[in-house]
Amino acid sequence: MDEKQFFDEMTGASGAGGPYAETEVREAYCAVRAWLDSLGPRQSNAKRKEAETLFRRMGITFLVYGTGESTERLIPFDIIPRVLTAREWSLIESGCLQRVRAINAFLADIYHDQNIVKAGIVPAAQVFGNPRYRPEMIGIDIPGNTYVHITGIDLVRTGESEFHVLEDNLRNPSGVSYMLENREVMMRLFPELFAGNRIAPVSDYPASLLRNLQAVAPAGVERPTVALLTPGIYNSAYFEHVFLADEMGIELVEGKDLFVRGDRVFMHTTHGPVRVDVIYRRIDDDYLDPLAFLPDSLLGVPGLLSAYRAGGVTLANAIGTGVADDKAIYTYVPEMIRFYLGEEPILSNVPTYALGKDEDRAYVLEHLDELVVKEVGGAGGYGMLVGPAATAEEIAAYRERILGDPANFIAQPTLALSTCPTFADSGVAPRHVDLRPFVLSGTTQTVVPGGLTRVALRDGSLVVNSSQGGGTKDTWVLREGAARP
Amino acid sequence: MTTILSRSADHLYWMARQVERAENTARILDVSNRMALLPAMGTNRVEAEGSEWDAVLQITGGAELFYERVPKATPQAVIRFMTLDAENPSSIYSTIRAARENARAERVALTTEMWEALNSTWLELSSLTPARLASRGHRNFFDWIKERSHLFRGAAVATMLRDERYHFLRLGTFMERADNTARILDVKYHILLPDEVEVGSALDYMQWGALLRSVSAYRTYHHAYKETITPAHVAEMLIFNDAFPRSLHSCVNDTLEMLDAIGGPRGAEARRLAGELHARLHFGKIEAVFAHGLHEFLTDFITSNNALGNEIQSAYLVAE
Repeated sequence: MDEKQFFDEMTGASGAGGPYAETEVREAYCAVRAWLDSLGPRQSNAKRKEAETLFRRMGITFLVYGTGESTERLIPFDIIPRVLTAREWSLIESGCLQRVRAINAFLADIYHDQNIVKAGIVPAAQVFGNPRYRPEMIGIDIPGNTYVHITGIDLVRTGESEFHVLEDNLRNPSGVSYMLENREVMMRLFPELFAGNRIAPVSDYPASLLRNLQAVAPAGVERPTVALLTPGIYNSAYFEHVFLADEMGIELVEGKDLFVRGDRVFMHTTHGPVRVDVIYRRIDDDYLDPLAFLPDSLLGVPGLLSAYRAGGVTLANAIGTGVADDKAIYTYVPEMIRFYLGEEPILSNVPTYALGKDEDRAYVLEHLDELVVKEVGGAGGYGMLVGPAATAEEIAAYRERILGDPANFIAQPTLALSTCPTFADSGVAPRHVDLRPFVLSGTTQTVVPGGLTRVALRDGSLVVNSSQGGGTKDTWVLREGAARP
Repeated sequence: MTTILSRSADHLYWMARQVERAENTARILDVSNRMALLPAMGTNRVEAEGSEWDAVLQITGGAELFYERVPKATPQAVIRFMTLDAENPSSIYSTIRAARENARAERVALTTEMWEALNSTWLELSSLTPARLASRGHRNFFDWIKERSHLFRGAAVATMLRDERYHFLRLGTFMERADNTARILDVKYHILLPDEVEVGSALDYMQWGALLRSVSAYRTYHHAYKETITPAHVAEMLIFNDAFPRSLHSCVNDTLEMLDAIGGPRGAEARRLAGELHARLHFGKIEAVFAHGLHEFLTDFITSNNALGNEIQSAYLVAE
């Protein structure tokens, strides 16, 4: 593997990730650097322990698939915040909003007039042949024409002002609870850091989310009842479902709590049925309604699709959004922005090879040891090949998988993910990070200033997924004119 | 009328029952432990049918499962089975685990204090081994479980909004406590006195004393009765004395109060059953109980209380 150059967000230096020397730091990190210098090793260890205790006591755990006995785990939390300046944030924010506007327009289009297909910009087969395209949604009008109420956009940074979109999570993006709880824990551990810096708050996320959900209630409902539909206690993001329902003060329901009668949805309560108007569902389309989708799913609500199609209930996100967060459709998002908004994309995509295309496939198979290969519908870092880190055997085995169904794979160059100072065994060292800001759409569109920063804790690792040993950091967006130390 | 998900009510109700049950299991073990230490209980009686350790298994309903696996009810085996055995559904370990699972499902409804009280109990309990429990001392462990239960209940009473969630939670506490007090009192029936010892003897007296201590009522008894311990007074206090918060009468009073607060047409039959049970305790006399047979009276009570529990379950807690 050749020595790559990485942008370090604290020093701005381009260097491979050795420990930090006494170098200049970028303005955004002056306060963090001074704080780190003032924090002795004993105190920082004590604070890190305290943070872990807090997370454990709050019960902030996630489930890891495929592990034996102890399935409840904490996501490691790194106490050094990741800092973004107001200027950087304004780029991210406007880029994310633009992207979500275009994707929403795309979804409305492919379930109605299908202009983008007629214009020859996105091939019909990519849309209509996609297993996540839902013909049931064709011609259905939904409140506010909003399909993606909640989006998590994964960004990576490769330079001072270079941000790329890695993927758009349009189905059930998770992680926002970590954004909120990480901030909570940091404010508790280091109140002095917040007093001295102008850090944009994130705590109004649940209130914004609730307002957005209420705003898309079926027509004629005055005081909508909103509920969060969870697959239940064994879902990997269950803690988050509980957390968000709690923060919004809404019911957390499971499929068996709900039933459909006369195109309306009701929940079973101690005193009889109560109507539910808006469902923030954290269940994938396939499991929502056993009458319409997977018949043996016990998670869903029989008849939900027909109630939804009749306008008796609103689902967030809408059914059928998955077609747009497919890694193959992703390559067309810049075109969508031009087509629907008449604008140039603010954030760029990562160059992506579609292995269904002959020339792309030929190139990728020649360069497997340099590329990252993913399944089109994959998520969570499962089932991907990181070429530069893989053994010859792993590459050979993956090649067979690709040849079995080439169109199911895409490949991207390994990106020079930026690094941030992070506590490691050897002291404070640079570790690779990404960023997932959350975009809310309803009657208005907002991005809460911050997001989930995931960090690859192993030296040199580029995989930030929590299921693969990644951790998280608090993400600060500094306001204009932030105080200096 | 406020209303909540049937499933939520079910979780809260059972969570409270399970915490209360864990506490009372500790109390039952505590009373057996105290009785086992009484001098006249010669070593030849230990492990036998009718010993205080066998009694624990009989009244908690764990005897069958226990004897499938272990031939003799030695103190160590019974304590292990009833404290940390993950496969015994009525062990303290299992009941706290179940309570914590219910709490996890109801994080939305619990205050932080309640959740943390229960979650940290579970974390500590699940890291205990039988050896560490023994080195801590069994009495200390039973005290600890009681304290954790008090903390959880105290947090609930002091921090929870007085809405229907609270009423179902408290309903669970009182339903379980009534059942458990009846069972604890019944321990005395299952423990046979050695042949050579008579009813009314010093040993008999000490056993009733140990029973009082296990329900935190030793001193209360003396305040209330101002005389030496007699079986009739102990039974009267635990059954009829509505000033004593663990008595059957008190528990049924509290149960009725919660059922009235929850209300609604669905609960009519539950309120009727509770009222019937209440009448029995409100107008009953200890002399009649003894004439009828204490064990029989307690068995009847547990059966009626179960029937009330089933009615509560089907009226409010199960989706129609």
